[in-house]
Amino acid sequence: MSTPTSVPPQSEIPPARAIILTRRLSDRVFRGVVTTGGFVSLIVLGLIALFLASRSINIFKTFGFGFITEYKWDSGDPDNGIAPVLGIGAMLIGTIVTSVVGLVIALPVSVGMALFLEYYMPIRLKKSLTMVIDLMAAIPSVIFGLWGFFVLMPHAVYWAKLLHKYFGWIPFLDVQAPIFERSPFIAGLVLSIMIIPIVTSISREVFSQVPLDRIQAAYALGATRWTMIKAVVLPFGSSGIAGGAMLGLGRAMGETVAVYLVLNLYYQPNFQVLFSAGGSVASMIVTKFGEAGQLELQGLMAAGLVLFIVTLIINFLSNMIVKRTSRTGN
Amino acid sequence: MSAQVPQLEARDFSAVSPKKPWKLSPREVAVNASTIVIALILSPIIVQITPLKGKLGLVLTFILVATVGNIVLSFLRQGVQAIGNSIASTFIFLAAGLVLLPVASIFFTVIMRGYHALRINTFTQDMSVAQSDGPFTEGGALHAILGTLMLVLIASLISVPIGILTALYLTEVKGRAEGLIRFLVQAMSGVPSIVAGLFIYSVLIVGAGGHYSGFAGGLSLSILMLPTVARTAEEVLKLIPRDLREAGVALGGTQWRTVVMVVVPAARSGIVTAIILGVARVAGETAPLLLTILGSTATHLNPMDAPTSALPLYTFNLLRTGLNVAIDRAWTGALVLMILVLILFVLARLASGRKK
Repeated sequence: MSTPTSVPPQSEIPPARAIILTRRLSDRVFRGVVTTGGFVSLIVLGLIALFLASRSINIFKTFGFGFITEYKWDSGDPDNGIAPVLGIGAMLIGTIVTSVVGLVIALPVSVGMALFLEYYMPIRLKKSLTMVIDLMAAIPSVIFGLWGFFVLMPHAVYWAKLLHKYFGWIPFLDVQAPIFERSPFIAGLVLSIMIIPIVTSISREVFSQVPLDRIQAAYALGATRWTMIKAVVLPFGSSGIAGGAMLGLGRAMGETVAVYLVLNLYYQPNFQVLFSAGGSVASMIVTKFGEAGQLELQGLMAAGLVLFIVTLIINFLSNMIVKRTSRTGN
Repeated sequence: MSAQVPQLEARDFSAVSPKKPWKLSPREVAVNASTIVIALILSPIIVQITPLKGKLGLVLTFILVATVGNIVLSFLRQGVQAIGNSIASTFIFLAAGLVLLPVASIFFTVIMRGYHALRINTFTQDMSVAQSDGPFTEGGALHAILGTLMLVLIASLISVPIGILTALYLTEVKGRAEGLIRFLVQAMSGVPSIVAGLFIYSVLIVGAGGHYSGFAGGLSLSILMLPTVARTAEEVLKLIPRDLREAGVALGGTQWRTVVMVVVPAARSGIVTAIILGVARVAGETAPLLLTILGSTATHLNPMDAPTSALPLYTFNLLRTGLNVAIDRAWTGALVLMILVLILFVLARLASGRKK
């Protein structure tokens, strides 16, 4: 294009501007500042791990791996020669039980809601309903706890009794004693309501990326709406749903205040989800924090470290899964 | 073929409304509605004559009857294929109901029960002289409201600049660590709030020998706020067209001037949204505050020296007393908190809507 066909004689051209390949000082400062800012997240995450680890190193030295597997939290009694035993085994199992219960309830509902928003709603209603889902994600957890305790629990106890009455022969729906309040089931219900907006919005996002031509092809082949969803949407979105579910699981495991209000902490592993005994690492930290002595405080730091690592791993996995979808999707 | 195209474009399509074969005819709507009406009439009768009891029985029977009615109708009209479709539709509508019902219930309960103890003095007095089980005309949530504002301000002052810098690093600088930083920001958004509290507690209160203070609380909230601000701001900055950046550089601007004078102003309303979403995320956090600001009944506006209070913590601590009157106050605290979050939410919507 810029061949020198129409270039005027040499003498009229101003001397060529020197091309500078190095960045100016202002740019170098700017990029330096921005890069420093960008690395803050790395520093913060590193500091969290470092500080919690350094505060809890004593615990892992004393109790070793038993801290994770032991079912007992006893600060000991030096006067009577009782040695302290600290372990979060029951709490870890309880955390997994309640979050899995929450996820099992939330997953079908969220996927249904996402399908509803994407394929069953006129666009105008869809926008306002999506806003409701976003708003749901912004409700403070203490309000979920308050509502769960005063409004949901009376109903949920009744549902739990019914479940026990008709399905009590299934081992995990059995109870040792007819106490149904503050059970993992109820905590799971509250958690499910808290993670539904997360799972729904991620599933909906994936569903909205389903190529239109595949949907039209399915309809053209005579599919009903459901067979279209089954044949096109769900296979396309499956790993997105899985990633969203994992993200919800991570959120459920770290939830503190709401679970604290609706779960009865019990230092023995309990798999009977309808029975009033469960565990949660995060709630345990809140429960024990006020009255903790020096050693117990270190134990709580160690519990926090374990929770931090577990949620980090789950988040890592869920991000991997979601990322894989968005790549294979195109 | 190509000769026909201009002809087609010239035609006036506004007179011809496109056919919508999927649109339900009035007759079909009437048939669908009649299933629901029949189910509404039948289910109380079934509940009456069978041992099923209560509202739950009623709802379950209604769903069952409506599903069966739907199945029969669709089978009669469209054959076996349609049965699966109608079952799926029922369950998807049911799922939507199951999501919306708790939301409605939460809003309804918080408003109804929070209104009960709401007085003028909720906004003008603190709890320093009032008993938590005293009459509602004494004491209020002033200290908690001011405390929340203070904490949010501290958290924003720390995490907004860093969050925006992180977003700029991911979209403008695109350094070698771009993937790593994006991953770490996502990982950070998954950090449980209690862990953020424990971290600040172990650093500031145990480590540095400090005490419970608003500053510690604000720091712990900023850890939770940073990823929200960074991720939302990144999304917004990504939407700014490349042309704008190239135009800025072509006019002789350095990257720094292009970003500050072109890119960021273009994304201004989106960045405001990011900040508001971040604030909404942390305004309702309770767990980290339990470990960092401890709670108090008097108004403390110096963030460095003494335990202070915040709305979620106020609600939570009143709830823990277990006294009926205190619980009524807790509901009022929840109502004020909910209104605050709603205002932030609406502001975020308005700010992001203005852009389009």
